[in-house]
Amino acid sequence: MEKADVGRKILSANETYALKNKQLLARHGKRCFNMISSPGSGKTSLLVRTITDIGGSLRIGVIEGDLQTDLDAERIRATHAPAIQINTDGACHLSASQVNRALDQLPVESLDMVIIENVGNLVCPSAFELGEDGKIVVLSVAEGDDKPVKYPGIFAKSKVLLVNKIDLLKGALVDFDLDRVRTDARRLNHSIEIFPVSAKTGEGMQAWYDWLKNQVHPQ
Amino acid sequence: MHEAAVAQSLIEVILQEVEQRHAKPVGATISCGELNKVNDESLSFAFEAVARDTPCEGMTLRIEHKPLQARCKPCGRVFAVDVSNPQCPDCRSEDFELLPDAPLVLDEIEFEGPDDGEG
Repeated sequence: MEKADVGRKILSANETYALKNKQLLARHGKRCFNMISSPGSGKTSLLVRTITDIGGSLRIGVIEGDLQTDLDAERIRATHAPAIQINTDGACHLSASQVNRALDQLPVESLDMVIIENVGNLVCPSAFELGEDGKIVVLSVAEGDDKPVKYPGIFAKSKVLLVNKIDLLKGALVDFDLDRVRTDARRLNHSIEIFPVSAKTGEGMQAWYDWLKNQVHPQ
Repeated sequence: MHEAAVAQSLIEVILQEVEQRHAKPVGATISCGELNKVNDESLSFAFEAVARDTPCEGMTLRIEHKPLQARCKPCGRVFAVDVSNPQCPDCRSEDFELLPDAPLVLDEIEFEGPDDGEG
C-alpha cells in the first residue's frame, strides 16, 4: 500500500467558477448577494417588493434558481427588472458554473447589483460559493424560531438575516420568539445584520433598503 | 443532499491524481469543517454509486470531521466550538472570533502497491 498526500479542495472546480464570477462582477464594479432560505420563506416576494419600492435608485438584476419552472423569474420580470431563471433539474443548490452562464445573459453593465435567489434549502446552498459579496439568509416566522440552532452553518456564514412575515406575529398567529432568533443567530456570528420585515405589509423594509443602498453607495 | 455533488467532484479530483500515478486507488481520506460538514453515510453511498465502472470502484472512504475553532477575545484561548453552546471553556465568555472553518479537502489517497495484487 502506498499513500499519497494530496491536500486538494474537493469543490475546487466550483470555486474556480466562483472566482471567475467574482472577477467579472468586480471588473464592472457590481455588488452581488446570494439569498438562501427554506422553500416558501418569501424570497421572491421580498425581491419583488424591494425592486418595486426602491425603483430606479438601485438597479437590481436577479438570477433565480429552482428545480423546475420559470415562475419566479416571471414574477421578477413583471417589475421590469431583468431576471434569468436557472432550472437545476433536481439539484438542491446552485453551482457557480450555472451562475456564470446566467451572468452572461444579464445586462450586468447597466445594473448596480445582482441578487441570486438560490434553490429553497437551508443546508446545501451554503456549501457552494457563487462569487457573491455575501450571503443573505431569509427566515419566515412560520418556520419557527429554532432554525438558527438547527441549521448553524448558513446563519454563521451570512451577512444579513431577514426575518420575514412579521405581520403574522400580530394577533399571535404563530409562536415565534424574535429575541431568541437574534440571540441564537449572533452566538456564532456577532456581526450579522438582522432586519425583521414583512414583504406583505412593508413593515421594517426601509431599514433593509437602506442597507442595500449602502452596499452600492456607502454613506 | 449535496453529498451527490460532492461525491462527483471528489471522484474527478481522485481520477486526476490516478492519471498521474498509474496505480489503482484503494482508499481515500477526506476532511471537512463543522460549517462545511458532509454526512458520512450519504457521502459514502453517493461515492459508491458514482464510482461504479470507474477506477474508483471499491475504494474505501474515510471522513475526518474537524471542529470549528474560535479565539476567545477576553482570554485569548483558541478552543473548539460547541455550536449548540458556544463559549470559552476557560473563562466562559461568549465574546469570541470564529476562525475560518476547515474546507472540504481530499487529504490522502491510498494506492495499491506493486506487490499488493500478487500471492
